[in-house]
Amino acid sequence: MIDLHGYGPRLFEGAMITIQLGLLSLILSLVLGLLTASAKMSRSWALHRIGTLYTTIIRGVPDLVLMMLLFFGGQIGINQVTDWLYYQFDIDIFINVNEFVAGVLTIGLIFGAYMGETFRGAFMAVDNGQIEAGRAYGMSNWLVFRRIRFPQMMRHALPGLSNNWMVLLKTTALVSVIGLSDMVRVAAEASKATREPFTFMLIVAGIYLLIACVSEWGFARLQKRYDVGFGETN
Amino acid sequence: MESLTTWIEGLLANNDIFTLQTLSYYGEGLTTTVQLVFLSLIIGLILAVPLAIGRGSKHQWIKMPIFFYCYVFRGTPLLVQLYLIYYGVVFIEGIQDTWLWVILEKPFVPALIAFTLNTAAYTTEIFRGAIKSTARGEIEAARAYGMSWWLMMRRIVLPSAFRRALPAYGNEVIFMLHASAIASVVTIMDLTGAARFVYARFYAPFDAFLFVAAIYLCLTFSILYLFRYLEKRLLAHLKPSGQ
Repeated sequence: MIDLHGYGPRLFEGAMITIQLGLLSLILSLVLGLLTASAKMSRSWALHRIGTLYTTIIRGVPDLVLMMLLFFGGQIGINQVTDWLYYQFDIDIFINVNEFVAGVLTIGLIFGAYMGETFRGAFMAVDNGQIEAGRAYGMSNWLVFRRIRFPQMMRHALPGLSNNWMVLLKTTALVSVIGLSDMVRVAAEASKATREPFTFMLIVAGIYLLIACVSEWGFARLQKRYDVGFGETN
Repeated sequence: MESLTTWIEGLLANNDIFTLQTLSYYGEGLTTTVQLVFLSLIIGLILAVPLAIGRGSKHQWIKMPIFFYCYVFRGTPLLVQLYLIYYGVVFIEGIQDTWLWVILEKPFVPALIAFTLNTAAYTTEIFRGAIKSTARGEIEAARAYGMSWWLMMRRIVLPSAFRRALPAYGNEVIFMLHASAIASVVTIMDLTGAARFVYARFYAPFDAFLFVAAIYLCLTFSILYLFRYLEKRLLAHLKPSGQ
């Protein structure tokens, strides 16, 4: 059996943090992605510009730099705001940027841009006649979105979403650099302490592959569900 | 040259953080980043071509190891691969006594190995897709001309596959540029490393990281325009006629 030198439980906790971080930032990025896609497709010039600026900047700068900017800069920025509140209005609050929250916010913000591009492409692939038919039935904008545009868009978006999720999962490893004890950080510490880098790094690599495998299976099932009525004839 | 430095000094006269000293850190960081990315992309590209051909082979014993390699390197974070090679290299039996140790001791080479293996895996998949989508008629035509397999690959399949792979490869180059920021984790003074140093020294995260983000943005756009230009030149025959 592999000797983990007592790092087993911490490694497990690290894996849990990785999974939680991944799922929470996935949800945030999906919400941001939908908003960005709507902004970029809207008739409003300002919204379109904001959406484009967001996706361009985020996709042009490395994840790690953005993460450090938001994590190290975020605390100073928040302190300045709370100081200002204190001097101006005598409101005394203290907000400490927690690594986990910072990680979720940064990764969500980064992948919101990628999701936005995926969603935009998928929304544009939905036949316009479908939307017009919905309107002709007297459906409200929201109802058209919920019953017609969203379900049909998902069919086109899923391959892209699956891809983004895989990249997102691997990006969570970067939070170990800003001090969050995810499984990569635990493994790095354990490697240095026990001088057995292969054992710990290979285990972590194996866990990432396992999560990727499970996600692949899950996405295949989702695809099947959204492909109803379009799938191959068999 | 002298007038240039005085001019820059004049510009930076009232600036505590961006002195000539810190700008030179960023300059050296830029050189390191470009070297690291360029070298790993070139070596990765050279590795990826035979791997992509092998990946489409009929023989399981050629196909399966390459598939496994691509799956593992694409399925795990680059940071883990970097740690594995950076920390792992020390523990190879007897390596510290050989001449290899002189190069492997510095973090640059382990990082280069990790980046190269990573980009080779992604590039292999890109090329495999491009090779697979070669029109059947072209291959049949080559066979009809009596071309050998090697001649057909060299003259027909690979040139058109490279062109079709161009847009995806452009993305991979940008991805690699961004991934190279990880090098700063193993104490390499690349662009991000320089920014971290400036941040730590002046405790000025916005100045340090926004400046480096702007440099990365410029690099990304340069790569983007280069590939757009290449696509325009090399994929001109695929454009709809009449334009």
